[in-house]
Amino acid sequence: MTDLGNHVVIAPILVPLLTGTLLVLLRGSATPLRRTISMLGIQLLLAASLWLLLQVANGDLLVYQLGSWAAPYGIVLVADRLSAAMVMVTAVLALFAMMHAIQGSDRRGRQYHLLFQFLLMGLNGAFLTGDLFNLFVFFEILLIASYGMLLHGGGAARSKAGLHYVVVNLVGSSLFLFAVGTLYGVLGTLNMADLAVRVAALAPEDVGLVRAAALLLFLVFALKAALVPLHLWLPGAYSAAGPASVALFAIMTKVGGYSILRVYSLIFGVEAGMLANLVEPWLLVLGLLTIVVGTIGVLASRNLALLVAHLVVISSGSILTAFGLGSQAALSAGLYYSFQSALVTAALFMLTENVARTRGAFTDQLRAGPMLPAANLLGGLFLVLALAVAGVPPLSGFIGKVLIIQASFDSPAMAWIMAILLSTSLLTLMALARAGSTLFFKTDTNAGAATLPDAANLVPVAAVAGISLLYVVLASPIYSYTEAAAAQLLSPVDYIEAVLDGETPAGGETLIGGEAISLQSEPPSPGRHD
Amino acid sequence: MEALIALSVGLLTASGLYLLLRGRTFPVVLGITLLSYAVNLFLFVMGRLSIGVPAILEPNRADYADPLPQALVLTAIVIGFGMTAFVVVLALRARADLGNDHVDGREP
Repeated sequence: MTDLGNHVVIAPILVPLLTGTLLVLLRGSATPLRRTISMLGIQLLLAASLWLLLQVANGDLLVYQLGSWAAPYGIVLVADRLSAAMVMVTAVLALFAMMHAIQGSDRRGRQYHLLFQFLLMGLNGAFLTGDLFNLFVFFEILLIASYGMLLHGGGAARSKAGLHYVVVNLVGSSLFLFAVGTLYGVLGTLNMADLAVRVAALAPEDVGLVRAAALLLFLVFALKAALVPLHLWLPGAYSAAGPASVALFAIMTKVGGYSILRVYSLIFGVEAGMLANLVEPWLLVLGLLTIVVGTIGVLASRNLALLVAHLVVISSGSILTAFGLGSQAALSAGLYYSFQSALVTAALFMLTENVARTRGAFTDQLRAGPMLPAANLLGGLFLVLALAVAGVPPLSGFIGKVLIIQASFDSPAMAWIMAILLSTSLLTLMALARAGSTLFFKTDTNAGAATLPDAANLVPVAAVAGISLLYVVLASPIYSYTEAAAAQLLSPVDYIEAVLDGETPAGGETLIGGEAISLQSEPPSPGRHD
Repeated sequence: MEALIALSVGLLTASGLYLLLRGRTFPVVLGITLLSYAVNLFLFVMGRLSIGVPAILEPNRADYADPLPQALVLTAIVIGFGMTAFVVVLALRARADLGNDHVDGREP
């Protein structure tokens, strides 16, 4: 660990941490200075993420031992294709969210920029960690920052939504700790690779207990990913959150999806013996139900922010449906869909704020309002993003959905998946068409005048719409990358070997079991989690 | 001793859940606190109960107390404490903004 290049794994956590710390010290300084520092931090993060992505793109697993404590005693960070890609998407999203926020909405609260940086740190940490308790800690970091960002701007609606969001997530954190505690009590480790080894060699009398802990953990991740019936917190929280914050929130449900994919492919994956593929049957059914419930929400929404929040629920359902299928093609399709849906829903949230601002007192309510002076521009952007999110060719959502349907061809649930994905796409498209025509075509002559939208404010929205087009053009390289990432996920042996670094001899089941027993009797090294 | 601790965890969890489901913010905050106490106790005993054994390496010792759950509990206590403080402030803020202390922001 002397080579500086190895430290790239921790860079996506350190850059926002240091930027955030600097911003804490500069709390009282002028807004332009804080904006510059925040923006520079994000650009640095973007560079670090790109570097990390290039390092792991050839299939290498980068393992970073914090404080040089060897796994499984110390905490490790692990970068593989999936986590590097998630970090990259987060950085891109952060750039546009920050471009949007510095147009003025960041001034509604004093701590916006430092919360933003700490949220980024929590997200990147959750994507990169290889330790279950460390995952909990990074979840808490991102949640604490998100509580602050949700309340950014203040107001009664935000206080109420914020209270619900905080209480729900605190209960989720308690359940997470119960699950982690049970796993530690039975298996004696919290390192994910080591957990995988020990679950594979689990004694039959412990299977019930570990299964209970694993399903409890699934409950927590499903809460974060907004899977039915644990999605009820999302529409209220996301539609109440300010536009400056909610663009970044679009990636937060993906953290839940990522954790499900990571934990249930690595620890309870194909090689987990009696607990192999533990949650896949649940995922498929709940994912499809989430799509249906999200679509009902989209149809029933009375304002645009709520509608977009329900679109986030639908995208979460689609991703987890794909993960539930479990094949390499399905995981790859789910990942392809997940990256684009994070960007497109974030852009829709940003566009919502622009529309609301120009319509004055009518805000983003879906009823006839004043004639918009720039209806073509706003409506055009809405059209592109709506088509992308509903899955109409030739935009990015279409390819994502086609890939998911293609991957379901050899599944017994194929008919259900096709029926639900296609009919909900149609219904979503209808709801979006109705919303668009109400907002941009229907005018009420008594409604007063609308103001001109700020052109600079539309730049990040237009940029994301452009990326959505680029995402289609580059579909082939992106898909081959997600396919390679899925292949990496489906062979957890490589991950385990890379993390445990020779301590676990490859291949021999008995040796793995013997190693696990001999490790358990040794006292763990002190100074680990403090 | 095991039975006593198991009962305490169960009682704390049950009381915490009951309070969480109440309609006013103050009982909800208390419920979260009790639930986090239950979690802390639970995490702590996951290292198994042992009396009078050291957690640090000593020559000529074969039995040790597991120090890891204690470190985990310490982290969980710090996070839980911070979150309780935050949720108390948030509840007060909601009380001021909404004019009542019902979790739905309006009297039933």
